[in-house]
Amino acid sequence: MKRFGILAALFGLAGMAFAADTAVLIQNATILTITNGTVKGSILLQGGKIAAIGDKVLAPPGAQVIDGAGKYVMPGIIDCHSHIMAEAINEGSVSVSSMVGIDDVLNPEDVAIYRALAGGVTTANILHGSANSIGGKTVVTKLRWGTSAEQMKFEGAMPGIKFALGENPKRAGAAAAFGATTTAPRYPATRMGVEDVIREAFNDAKAYQASLAQYKAKLAKNEPAIPPARDLKLEALVEVLEGKRFVHAHCYRQDEILMLLHVADDYGFKIRTLQHVLEGYKVAKEIAAHGAGASTFADWWAYKMEAQDAIPYNAAIMVRKGVLTSLNSDDAELMRHLDKEAAKTVKYGGLSETEALSLITINPAKQLAIDKRVGSLEVGKDADVLLYDGHPLSNFSKVEKVWIDGHEYFDRDQDMNGRSKKAIEKKALTEKAAPAGGGRGGQGFAAGGPNE
Amino acid sequence: MIGKTVRSAQLALLSAGFATLLSAGADDTFMLRGATVHTMSGAAIENGSVIVRNGKIIGVGKNLAVPKDVKVIDGKGLQVYPGMIDAATEVGLLEVNSVRETQDVAEIGKFNPQLVALTAVNPSSEHIPVTRFNGITTVATMPQGQVIGGQVSLMHLDGWTTDEMGVKPRAGLHLKMPAIQTPRGFGGDSGGDAGPAAARSSFAEAKRNLDKEIAELNQFFESAHRYKQAKEAKLPDFRTDLKLEAMLPIIEGKEPVMVTAVKEREIRDAITFAEKQQIKIILCDAVEAYKVTKEIKEHNIPVILGPMLSLPLNEDEGYDQAYSTPAALQKAGILFSLGTLEGKANLASRNLPFQAAQAVAFGLPHEDAMKAITKNAAEIWGVGDVMGTIEEGKWADLMVTDGDPLDARSQIKQLFIKGKVVDLSNKQKDLYEKYLNRP
Repeated sequence: MKRFGILAALFGLAGMAFAADTAVLIQNATILTITNGTVKGSILLQGGKIAAIGDKVLAPPGAQVIDGAGKYVMPGIIDCHSHIMAEAINEGSVSVSSMVGIDDVLNPEDVAIYRALAGGVTTANILHGSANSIGGKTVVTKLRWGTSAEQMKFEGAMPGIKFALGENPKRAGAAAAFGATTTAPRYPATRMGVEDVIREAFNDAKAYQASLAQYKAKLAKNEPAIPPARDLKLEALVEVLEGKRFVHAHCYRQDEILMLLHVADDYGFKIRTLQHVLEGYKVAKEIAAHGAGASTFADWWAYKMEAQDAIPYNAAIMVRKGVLTSLNSDDAELMRHLDKEAAKTVKYGGLSETEALSLITINPAKQLAIDKRVGSLEVGKDADVLLYDGHPLSNFSKVEKVWIDGHEYFDRDQDMNGRSKKAIEKKALTEKAAPAGGGRGGQGFAAGGPNE
Repeated sequence: MIGKTVRSAQLALLSAGFATLLSAGADDTFMLRGATVHTMSGAAIENGSVIVRNGKIIGVGKNLAVPKDVKVIDGKGLQVYPGMIDAATEVGLLEVNSVRETQDVAEIGKFNPQLVALTAVNPSSEHIPVTRFNGITTVATMPQGQVIGGQVSLMHLDGWTTDEMGVKPRAGLHLKMPAIQTPRGFGGDSGGDAGPAAARSSFAEAKRNLDKEIAELNQFFESAHRYKQAKEAKLPDFRTDLKLEAMLPIIEGKEPVMVTAVKEREIRDAITFAEKQQIKIILCDAVEAYKVTKEIKEHNIPVILGPMLSLPLNEDEGYDQAYSTPAALQKAGILFSLGTLEGKANLASRNLPFQAAQAVAFGLPHEDAMKAITKNAAEIWGVGDVMGTIEEGKWADLMVTDGDPLDARSQIKQLFIKGKVVDLSNKQKDLYEKYLNRP
């Protein structure tokens, strides 16, 4: 295993333990496994995986041993809806933009990654924006801070695509809202039009799929065949039709939710997750019947008309009605306290603590079909693990350490201890940047400097 | 104080699960017995009682005798706290962020001291019952504006009308300290692609604009002084000016100015301005107050911090800067409270207790966090004599909980405003019950 780790590091492969990572044994802790109850004892992270969980686990030679007395261990938080590290969000010039992908614009140096880690997030689904009925392709990432964009990608995770319904795609003068210079209105302008745009796109995708199939059939029979011109826009939609790409659909009102489920049924594909889905509680039965997951906010409301009937009990109702439900952030700030958002579902709707924590761990893992790897503390799963100084649902607790694939990516003590050194470095750099002559002239640069 | 009798919520509307307790709280005279009373003015009283008559607290303590004409409410196993106070928000002025017609937050013009927030508060706002569901009984709701937005109004979250809700309609003037405005690169602090030279020149220009704006502000205050002199001298051609008339209590030091000053420079400018104009100020949304604690303490200026759950202002700051600022102010001995500044970040006023809790996780003692959103807020807004703690003579603004109110897993079991039971139902709870039971 260790040798393999070295190879992985050498070739820059993501998803493997770093060569230098020693095993980590956390002892005497309260271990919230999520899927198998609470264990008072130890957890061993070795070779990038969870190697053991139990009352007593022996430390392998050279292992780092952490006393977890009074502390809590839980799986890394999974955010099913984020836009951090995306250098661009919306290709808003057209209402079907399935040819573009967010995986092309990942910035691995976005400080939001580190801040999210400090809040316990280890995996994030990075989405295109909601300007278009059919948006761009999405990518699942692990927040391996300090690595490359390529290494951030969750290897083997199913790719996705963003859809969006309601106010955002229909917003009149969408061009102006998203910064384009044209003032021509863009179809659609109503929820009816949004449905039509999606149906038209899948109508085209079906035809494209048929011509591809025809071509392949001819080839198989050794008949002369000319391949259809490759269509990158429809290619992604054919992947949706063939179950090779997940649909993550931004939606708010119950009417548009039902509309999309009907469209998907008509064209024979599945909606993997409904995102935001603030009125999901009104049609939970229908969502469950389709088999779609729902990823919502704990208590956001009132920021626009379609969020007027949003209720903080949404997650609880959907859970009770059999919908696979998660909580997401959609926001670099909210992302840092998804644990505290989960706690609200205990207050609003009375979910159990395990149900509440499932909303940010195993449930989003299932929604993204990465639950064999992450989302709970089980032997053999990736060592994506959080150490807290108290119960994760308590508003008085905080994350102390974060591991991804057994590699430590956040340590609060180290963060705190490094601050004075950073301050000295910053002071030196600021002084160096000040123009010759110094004095008050130095303030000039402050426009782009520390105080502004 | 405009507040008149506040309506008593109809008991029938209240949740059946709390029937025994509710049935006793029919009016504003009662004795709450056997609960742990967190007075916020001293140590918690185990198995304590609070006696309320005509909406006012007339007794707090252990083993109190039951006055003969007073109903007894059993508080066994429950916690009693003063109702929470959101020290800066826009509750009542803003219904749907994206719909202009539902906003009455910001007027046109630079100097509008004559505007009063309470005027535009919609007593039927859905935000009111949703907010008090989490134990918030009073808010300071504030107008925004370019420089002087108007008068902050302190109001109870209950009442048939704004007259009934109002506690102190003119609690203080909201002034936004002029700030340096420089062009920003996308997502960062750099001056775009133009480089340091352009950044320097644009900074110099921005600084000139700032100086101009501060000069204008001083001129406005000076015209208020001249107006006062003219008025007192009863000059023959004296004419009432509504803007300057509204400035009189400010320049006379009778009413504070709540100064929004986010960064260090604005905070220092605000302190200098207050000294020059000899006015009482409260710093609001003072994100970088932690850099100026010495001066803030020296000048004895109270601070209303914005949401704890905020990103750092700058990329190179600690990830937990906003979380740990309250502890820094507490250590420096500065009087501070919290405001959710609702319109700022889509954060609802109802999350006030969880904002406070975040500061506890990062070093603020729990008691100081509770005081920040009860006692301190009342003192800062000049109503410490009537609310903020559970003490004799104050209004019975009480929150009864089954646990720690700063922990999201706790429930508010009952809320009293001026001794009256407050209806804890709201649109969201109604929709919950309706759709949970959808066949």
